[in-house]
Amino acid sequence: MTESLHIKDTRLEQRAFAARAIVIFFVSLTLVLALLARLVQLQVVEHDSYATRAEENRTQTQLVAPDRGLIYDRNGVLLADNLPVRSLAVVVELVPDLDALIATLRERVDITEADMAQFQRRVRRRRPHEPVALKLNLTQAEIARVRVDGHRWPAVRIADENLRHYPFAALTAHALGSVRRVTAEDAERLDAERYRGVKFVGRLGVEKFYEDVLHGQVGWQRVEVDARGRVRRVVDATPPVAGQNLTLHLDIALQTAAAEALEGRRGAVVALDVRSGGVLALVSNPGYDPNLFVVGVDPAHYRALVDSRDTPLFNRATRGRYAPGSTFKPIVGLAGLSVGATDWERVLNDRGEFRLPGRARAYRDWSWQRGNAGGQGIVNLRKAIYRSSNVYFYDLATRMDVDALSDFAGQLGFGRVTAIDIADADPGLLPSRIWKQGAKGEPWYAGDSVNLGIGQGNLLATPLQLATVAMVIANRGSWIRPRMLLSSDGAVPGFPAAAPTRVTAPGAEHWERMVDAMEEVVHRGNQGFRENGTAWFHIGRDIGYRMAGKSGTAQVVGIAQGEEYDAAELDEYQRKHAWFIAFAPADDPAIAVSALVENGGGGSSVAGPVAKAVLDAWLLPRLAKRANRQAPALAIAQTPTVAAAAAAQAPGA
Amino acid sequence: MLDNRFTRHMPWQPVTAAARAYPQRLDLPLLLCLLAIITFGLIIPSHARDAFVGQVLRMGVALGFMVAMAHVHPRWYLRAAPFIYIGCLALLIAVPFFGVVVNGSRRWLELPGGIRFQPSELMKVAMPLAVGWYLNTRRLPPRLTHVVGCLAIVAVPALLIAQQPDLGTTALLSAAGLFLIVLSGVRWRWMLAAGAVAAAAAPALWMVMREYQRERVRTLFDPERDPTGAGWNIIQSTTAIGSGGVFGKGLDQGTQSRLDFLPEANTDFIIAVIGEELGLIGVTSLLLVYVAALARGLYIATTASDTFGRLVASGVTLTFFLYVFVNIAMVCGLLPVVGAPLPLVSYGGTAAISILAGFGIVMSIQTHRNW
Repeated sequence: MTESLHIKDTRLEQRAFAARAIVIFFVSLTLVLALLARLVQLQVVEHDSYATRAEENRTQTQLVAPDRGLIYDRNGVLLADNLPVRSLAVVVELVPDLDALIATLRERVDITEADMAQFQRRVRRRRPHEPVALKLNLTQAEIARVRVDGHRWPAVRIADENLRHYPFAALTAHALGSVRRVTAEDAERLDAERYRGVKFVGRLGVEKFYEDVLHGQVGWQRVEVDARGRVRRVVDATPPVAGQNLTLHLDIALQTAAAEALEGRRGAVVALDVRSGGVLALVSNPGYDPNLFVVGVDPAHYRALVDSRDTPLFNRATRGRYAPGSTFKPIVGLAGLSVGATDWERVLNDRGEFRLPGRARAYRDWSWQRGNAGGQGIVNLRKAIYRSSNVYFYDLATRMDVDALSDFAGQLGFGRVTAIDIADADPGLLPSRIWKQGAKGEPWYAGDSVNLGIGQGNLLATPLQLATVAMVIANRGSWIRPRMLLSSDGAVPGFPAAAPTRVTAPGAEHWERMVDAMEEVVHRGNQGFRENGTAWFHIGRDIGYRMAGKSGTAQVVGIAQGEEYDAAELDEYQRKHAWFIAFAPADDPAIAVSALVENGGGGSSVAGPVAKAVLDAWLLPRLAKRANRQAPALAIAQTPTVAAAAAAQAPGA
Repeated sequence: MLDNRFTRHMPWQPVTAAARAYPQRLDLPLLLCLLAIITFGLIIPSHARDAFVGQVLRMGVALGFMVAMAHVHPRWYLRAAPFIYIGCLALLIAVPFFGVVVNGSRRWLELPGGIRFQPSELMKVAMPLAVGWYLNTRRLPPRLTHVVGCLAIVAVPALLIAQQPDLGTTALLSAAGLFLIVLSGVRWRWMLAAGAVAAAAAPALWMVMREYQRERVRTLFDPERDPTGAGWNIIQSTTAIGSGGVFGKGLDQGTQSRLDFLPEANTDFIIAVIGEELGLIGVTSLLLVYVAALARGLYIATTASDTFGRLVASGVTLTFFLYVFVNIAMVCGLLPVVGAPLPLVSYGGTAAISILAGFGIVMSIQTHRNW
């Protein structure tokens, strides 16, 4: 080591160093005090807010969706179920690069283009921060493959959800309605508290009407989560309350029979229990598979449903507006009786056409053909019903004030919604003077009354309304508002009791005779030309019980004066609608039915067999059972009706 | 020395036994401080058993280095200082060519056998040795040329580390070097002038910083601007510390750390775990032990018999303390987030070895005073 030229003063150097070391030590102490000040600030002064923050970090409140109430038919057959599925869901808000994430997920889970399309649609309509299902129905293997790397994707969830499932699919589509995923727009409309964490909401039908009781109560749980969002444990929880299980009046066997009776034709059948007003069957054909809408129907399929000329999404039974045609004639007759415009003895010679006084326009009978005026001959009210004489009712309608007829029809449910719990039922259209002035700006013309007399013109009704009419007549003028709900395992607020309403007029004797005339429609046979009931040939020749009915054939397009209706010349969708309303047994009615076959042609020939098939399906097993029960003791006292029913029921026995 | 009868059945007996075995070469107050600090580091993180065992082993190895270094006479360090420094420089130069990239930075060298170490850690000891060697024979207070020489000794490795990039280590090494120059007796007016120049150059520093480094500075002032990204660490660490309160949530009860909200809970952010689980009392106790170690180190420096001893002892101690301050300040949200572990508490091997090796030299300086 070389000595410096200067003499080192070690003592001095040491003292100088010590001085500086002390300075530096105190500088360091100052730094430590600064740290301590900061620690005091964090841990004492602001402790509360940080403690809250740590607690919020640690725990998360998760909502637990309640099980939606189940729906059963009257015999306990499950119509709407909840199927648990596990789906792959993504919280889009947490994903910086969605495409990259999906590309990675695709390596593990089979995600089809259709899945992607549905995912994109759900993403557009999602509620903020809601996990959006990317792929439903994961397999165990797929779940495992996603779980392995789950921690890498905090935005990816494997969600348990209950999917609504309709085991009978299209068969009950229009009777039950369906649910759909809650969308962003729904979220604004629905009670936010009640629907937090709930994925589905009733969209149509029973599901929509009973949304409040089916929905249940959302539960929640407070869970401890780690930074990756994994649940470590449940801190505390309030379990969800499942929605009420509903039992409907609907009978799935009858529903099936009704759908089969339509044989694939466009149309509708509504069957009511005349004692309770319960809807036993409600078919609108074609239907659609509501399960598709639960998952989210793919756009192409949806377009096909919407664009179809057969309008499968349209509920004909409750929303289809059709002219009731001749099925309206009993109402005109009863109205005429109640205002004294006619009685049972008054006769009229039906020569096949009717003219208003001083007018040239001829209103034809249904039997009119070019070169043959047709007509039903001498008719009284009873024959006018079972022969469905147009001329009689043209005449009768002009004999009374339209508002009297309109009021009377209104009492039977025309022009209003009488069903208690059918969402979106259509009121149809009941014309009156005021309506015409308001809607068309014209006074009521006598010609309007003529058309109204045979259920044409502006009058429009739904199959549900006509089934209600059949029920009113079956009950001889008293009726109960139609309803879907039979019972629930909880209280349904505001559900009215089955209290019958009486139609004010006419007297009981007139109702009885009208039922009698309608029985003739079905049962009067082998009487020769112009003497048989219109439906006898089609349904009355082989029937095991007394049935009252009325056919109707409603024009879809106007036929020019003097032109003949020729089904072959018309496009299928412009042909006449076939109607039939019926109830049975006539003397002690249990069930009332309306059947509509769109563009089907003749009411008696086309819709009559449909109505009969439904009545058969309901009555024959019951009558046979009653017969068997009575047989040992009262074999001799058996009525012919019951015996015949028993025979028809047990052909092999 | 503690009495035999007193220590015989005490749980710390092995420790005191080791101390008694080398009474003449180990500085007991400093040793106790260091052991207390290491104990903090061992009781806090209990995430994984093998991580804990690994830490115990690393600390054992590091303590072995310390004991070994304490037995070497300071004159050997003086003689070897330039070679150690040049060797470390060579390693630093080798890093860009042979280094291993971890987390986007090239800081590590890998030995055959898979042992990795950071040359920049070794420089924390080599630099004070070199400065001490350089000024040992010079008359103090140093002339300007000597100050420039010291600055060069500090600046060359600092620049090499800066381009790894490792801004934290660069800043800490430079700061320690400047402390050494201050301790060497540089005139106050020079320091004031230098301080003024540095203040003027601060904007230029902002210009040369990389974007991610600027982002860290911005995040310091407003962590909420990106709470799930850049701000996450600091938000979670202040939340952990703040929620601990005065007494803490209890060992193993910290939700922030145990539920993984706190990042780097075993390494750079370990003080947040202590703050959360042991509260203000725990952190303050640890800080006091650190201050005690600092005081003892500086005391050894002032009583050393030559410039080399003074500068090396104070250099090692101050580097150690700077890490403590920067780490805690960073976790508390007072400084930007830089890679600075909490000495002897954070998990990590190279850092512990270089720190304890440094303190071994300090003990050697203390115990070989009458040479």
